[in-house]
Amino acid sequence: MKKKKLAWLIIPALLLSALLYNCSNSDNAGNFSDAASKVYVAPGTHDEFYAFMSGGFSGQVSVYGLPSGRLFRVISVFSQNPETGYGYSEESKPMLATSYGNIPWDDAHHPEFSQTDGVPDGRWLFINGNNTPRIARIDLKSFETTEIIEIPNSAGNHGSPFVTENSEYVVASTRFSVPVPQKDVSISSYKENFKGTISFIKVDPNSGKMNLGFQIIVPGFDYDLAHAGKGVSHGWAFFSCYNSEQANSLLEINASQNDKDFVAAVNWKAAEKYLAQGKGKTVSTEYYRNHFDEEKHLALSEKNTQVTVLDPKDCPGLIYYLPTPKSPHGVNIDPSGEYIVAGGKLSTVLPVHSFSKMLKAIENKDFLGDVDGIPILKYESVIAGEVKDPGLGPLHTEFDNNGNAYTSAFLSSEIVKWKVGSWEIIDRVPTYYSIGHLMIPGGDSRKPWGKYVVALNKITKDRYLPTGPELTQSAQLFDISGDKMKLLLDFPTIGEPHYAQAIPAEILEKNSKRIYEIEKNKNPYAAKSENEARVERKGNVVRVYLTTTRSHFKPDNIEGIKIGDKVFFHVTNLEQDWDIPHGFAIKGATNSELLVMPGQTKTLAWNPLKEGIYPFYCTDFCSALHQEMQGYVRVSASGSSTKLLFN
Amino acid sequence: MKKLFFLTAISVLLVVACGEKRSNSSNDELAKKEKMAKIFGLTVFELDNGIGPIKEKITLLPIDPKMVEEGKKLFDTKCAQCHKLDERYTGPAQRDLVERRSPEYIMNMILNPVEMVAKHPEAKKMFAQYPTQMTFQNVTQEDARKMLEYFRSVDKSKK
Repeated sequence: MKKKKLAWLIIPALLLSALLYNCSNSDNAGNFSDAASKVYVAPGTHDEFYAFMSGGFSGQVSVYGLPSGRLFRVISVFSQNPETGYGYSEESKPMLATSYGNIPWDDAHHPEFSQTDGVPDGRWLFINGNNTPRIARIDLKSFETTEIIEIPNSAGNHGSPFVTENSEYVVASTRFSVPVPQKDVSISSYKENFKGTISFIKVDPNSGKMNLGFQIIVPGFDYDLAHAGKGVSHGWAFFSCYNSEQANSLLEINASQNDKDFVAAVNWKAAEKYLAQGKGKTVSTEYYRNHFDEEKHLALSEKNTQVTVLDPKDCPGLIYYLPTPKSPHGVNIDPSGEYIVAGGKLSTVLPVHSFSKMLKAIENKDFLGDVDGIPILKYESVIAGEVKDPGLGPLHTEFDNNGNAYTSAFLSSEIVKWKVGSWEIIDRVPTYYSIGHLMIPGGDSRKPWGKYVVALNKITKDRYLPTGPELTQSAQLFDISGDKMKLLLDFPTIGEPHYAQAIPAEILEKNSKRIYEIEKNKNPYAAKSENEARVERKGNVVRVYLTTTRSHFKPDNIEGIKIGDKVFFHVTNLEQDWDIPHGFAIKGATNSELLVMPGQTKTLAWNPLKEGIYPFYCTDFCSALHQEMQGYVRVSASGSSTKLLFN
Repeated sequence: MKKLFFLTAISVLLVVACGEKRSNSSNDELAKKEKMAKIFGLTVFELDNGIGPIKEKITLLPIDPKMVEEGKKLFDTKCAQCHKLDERYTGPAQRDLVERRSPEYIMNMILNPVEMVAKHPEAKKMFAQYPTQMTFQNVTQEDARKMLEYFRSVDKSKK
């Protein structure tokens, strides 16, 4: 007996020492014994921050909790989602309308909160679509995409959507220069025909509605990233650009010739003055604005055909180029607005420009020359300092609230922490692997909540169990509350977690919508009570006004549908309590299911092709009698005499 | 032992429930009610009138036809998908509701169904018979009062 007890003590002790031995030998781990408690959010309790991560090439936005790294929600933005019916339902299809037709996908890169006084205000989240240039606005009460605007005269809408201090504008720049307006030309005529554009999208302060304010036509470089000025630099916006060589082939060599590329500084308040003076030219183009009406539960598209364009040649003082070492990528502004940090992929130093020195240099006309009438300022006249040895391939910088900056270095896979003002490096920590953007909650605003930094990595390799050639995407959470950055957690993400934003949970959670009020449902096809549930035929169009409640549909037996009919199921969820969605699916539907929130109406189009009986049912487990929530549609031959019947 | 206790509780409840209709409850009955309420962690008022925002008896005046009309509209939009007047549906038939429940109980059930089903012995019994959790349908106290007026108007014993 005693011996047995002893064995029970010894075996765990051995196991423990084996574990400890392993930990101490692991090359990248270190001691995580207190990290676990820092990311542990006990069951039933809530995270401290909401993090919104771009889904990259998934085209969506994902919502995580920090510090737990738990995934809460995927918000459909640019990609159809058969799970909810987004982009498949009749109401949501117009959200994906563009001048190139309905596009079911895009590449979503940079989420950005709306701001008031330079601080994230929790009203909206903007995100860009790269491929077919668009900007979406997500409502942070409903966590739904409520608007998408297409950007004309643009290609590769990468440098967007970054907001000005009070969300006066969302800015967007073209990564790929193209002929403006588009035309059929030889690609080798790049230097002659290709142009870039910088767009300022005006945001209505009350409704958030986006309108293309104006575009600036700029030399045909690749405009890569942006950030608007704030504090002292409010009124300006900054855009990094590479390929000042204007190469059109093998850019990895041909666009890496010049010693320096640029950060373009745009004085948008001056642009407003020039517009008021009538310096803007109205140019014909074509772009869509799609808006989701949350009372009608319906998206509407409008086609616009004109845009106001400013040419820097007619507008002196509108734009300046700040020389910046080789192929800059990110351009980030410190919380005061004075310092402009530009990460150069091929540079060995991280240049920090000074806004006040820039103003002085402009006043003194410290120009090196110009490109198409845009003055190039002298590097030494605008530079505040250089961070030496910032890692290889420095890309992006975010800030904390204690005067520190954190720069991601892609090639050397690390985060480098340095002091704003003295430019000295204080700390560096490896990331696994190949970090792209990094994110501190509020870290690109005037008021960072500098408790954590999240590394958004490009490569995962051996960090998780392998899943075939395609591996999970991944982010890493670091504690930055002390002097030393400390790795706390790896967590998988959807798509490529390209960039992210985070905000204290208390700002959003109190406003989070719970239901759509049925009284306010203005959908033209809503059935707002079971009395209104019905089936109507007009020619070969059959409209089923269907209601859902736990645990039945009304009507649930429908006869008299014929082959060749175009059937619309207008499904209204009559529930008025939190967390009671109902689903709708019918056999043979070639589109998707519908997931209908309380008080909402969604429509699925259905074209029956074969005679027979078609069951439909609720897909979202709603109650004890969920399995009973079903119905039948009878489909007869075209021209049959089966009468239209429903219960 | 626990079972015995529970059975006693149920039988006390039945006795109380039966006695509820009598207008003059004796001291004896009050004592029983108090004991009963204690078992379920409720007050005597809650036992008779439900748990929720209605914490006092309300005064009923003669039926107000305007409130009835508005109450019917609310009932049709918010409740009729689960409750019919004369047939068992997702929930119980409602024509005789005011005979079965006190006015305050009706309003508390409309305004606070989840807590009612979790804590009130009568609501728990109903949940066992109708296994779909009744939901709060986003109505105000005023709305609930109007629906009460509608229930008063449809009751056959009043006609």
